[in-house]
Amino acid sequence: MTLRSLFRTLACAALPLALLATSAGVPLHAQTKPAAQAKPAAQPVQPSIVERGRYLAQAGDCIACHTVPGAKIFSGNRAMPTPFGTLYAPNITPDRETGIGSWSADDFYNMMHTGRSPKGYLLYPAMPFASYTKVTRADSDAIFAYLRSVPPVRLASREHDLRFPYNNRSLLIGWRTLYFKEGEYQPDRGKSVEWNRGAYLVQGLGHCAMCHTPINALGGSSQEKAFQGGLIPMQNWYAPSLTSNREAGLGDWALQDIVDLLQRGVSNRGTVYGPMAEVTFNSLQFMSDEDVRAMAVYLKGLPADQGPASDPADAPLRADVGQAFTEGRRIYAARCASCHGAEGRGKLPHYPPLARNQSIGMSSAVNPIRMVLNGGYPPGTRRNPMPYGMPPFAQDLNDNEIASVVTFIRTAWGNRGAPVTAREVNQLRSATVE
Amino acid sequence: MNIILGMIGLGSAFVSGWASAQATAADRIPDTMEARVQACTGCHGAQGRGVENVYFPRLAGKPAGYLYNQLVAFRDGRRKYVPMNYLLAYLPDAYLMRMAEHFASLNPPPLVQPAVARSPELVRDGQRIVTQGIPGKKIPACVTCHGAELGGREPGIPGLLGLRADYVSAQLGAWRFGVRTALAPDCMQVIAASLSEPEVAAVSAYLASLPVTAARPVRQANVRLPLACGSEPQQGGQP
Repeated sequence: MTLRSLFRTLACAALPLALLATSAGVPLHAQTKPAAQAKPAAQPVQPSIVERGRYLAQAGDCIACHTVPGAKIFSGNRAMPTPFGTLYAPNITPDRETGIGSWSADDFYNMMHTGRSPKGYLLYPAMPFASYTKVTRADSDAIFAYLRSVPPVRLASREHDLRFPYNNRSLLIGWRTLYFKEGEYQPDRGKSVEWNRGAYLVQGLGHCAMCHTPINALGGSSQEKAFQGGLIPMQNWYAPSLTSNREAGLGDWALQDIVDLLQRGVSNRGTVYGPMAEVTFNSLQFMSDEDVRAMAVYLKGLPADQGPASDPADAPLRADVGQAFTEGRRIYAARCASCHGAEGRGKLPHYPPLARNQSIGMSSAVNPIRMVLNGGYPPGTRRNPMPYGMPPFAQDLNDNEIASVVTFIRTAWGNRGAPVTAREVNQLRSATVE
Repeated sequence: MNIILGMIGLGSAFVSGWASAQATAADRIPDTMEARVQACTGCHGAQGRGVENVYFPRLAGKPAGYLYNQLVAFRDGRRKYVPMNYLLAYLPDAYLMRMAEHFASLNPPPLVQPAVARSPELVRDGQRIVTQGIPGKKIPACVTCHGAELGGREPGIPGLLGLRADYVSAQLGAWRFGVRTALAPDCMQVIAASLSEPEVAAVSAYLASLPVTAARPVRQANVRLPLACGSEPQQGGQP
């Protein structure tokens, strides 16, 4: 843990220093980068290439897969369960034998850009090269310089444990034909510099499309449109569509709320949770205000494919739903209202509103069910270091009770979600709670 | 550096000022640890007092170092229990320490447990192990480290009073099979792996039979413990 904390502390220190751009920042930078890798700074106020690479590696959230929690940074071997078997992210420390110590900056750029290792084999797309291909050569070089600066760790990377036929890498040729388009990000001259910066970060290092695939629909291909939002395999969380204002579409959000959600982890419109909490914790909280704002500008501008859910709720029609609604209202008043408010308005920003909260009413009920089952803390971030948490209710409420209360919050106060069954709750309970 | 720290301080003051300006008086959330740990007290009881369910143990009054080590172990997966692993996954060290200190500072009256019928022989065997250890297996007496009154020892060794037999037995089993691990060297792993099942049952029965007293964690400098324990640094290092 110490290394990860140190990493985080240094990163926290680096950002305000970079923003202030005073000469006071220089000695601290000099102390934190190993002399062997450091290039002399041409201008003392410029953060070094290593510092920039550290920042960009955070923007790419490399640590999430390439570091086992509590282990040495980038020593790899974190298991990534997939429907096809388990992948193990490799050691990317500068160790020559087991890491990437023998790579050149060209090798690294080629891997990021083409999804091919220096030895020529095709990478599994768990490595988000379909996004990283958009990263510029200069940014790739900075990330490589930073990776060269971390302590080398001699630790062999585990072999992937994939079932037949997925263990045959030549199958990846087909995947690449369908889903991989090589090429650096090309700015849209019709848009602002800020929008383009946001698009570059979201589509490239941010690799948001890995979970929120509908971003692919920007390309306009109907085939890709099939992926608008979806259950994240093995994690049992639903990644909402970023293009639908009924899901995570941000068209009607204030820019500051988007910035807060991404960087602080809580906002007046909602809170990050599940896999997105990890993204904020590892990555977004460390990004500069300018970069987060640029991402927010880009996300807010994504075209909406459906209007916002703004109709008032109809009274539940079916008798069994009416019963669940009544039972749910009773449970809500007893267990939920003290924080989320009798009218579902929450207490902002720490207790999120449930009324008109897109993640409550969206087509998949997986996320609201899981929140009630498992509770959760938003990530502890620079801007919200001591978050307020929600207790789990899995041990207190049975499947029928949870189905009722989730049905209630999905249909009360103008929310337009579909009712939830005890069976859906039970499947998630057994999948996520021991 | 002072100027920079000042700037960071100003920045956070601005953010919190902005947030409170947004909230009306009725919507205000208390800026307290008690409000922040409601996610914990739902299972562990008000003030971490403990609840009927044996698997949600009392947190109140345990040494802060011990609680902190457990929080970090759950967060990083060294101690496996899915709901806790999930809840703590994205919380930083400093906040976990604040949580640990919060529960360590509380001392609500213990839960009154219903009496359980136990075999006197089992309890007697347990008492022998707890107070004298098992010399033949080089297992030290529990009281040597956990305190003569079993109230624990600062900074990292928990008290053993008020734990139900099923919980103690499950924890020793988890240590033995690697589901619960502590900082290396993991002394309790050595002990749990050396205990036979009847010995575990005896220790669990005896501990559960003891009344919950006002015993608090022992504070004692420079004590030589019988085994090296990563959770209880001997040289006064960080917990």
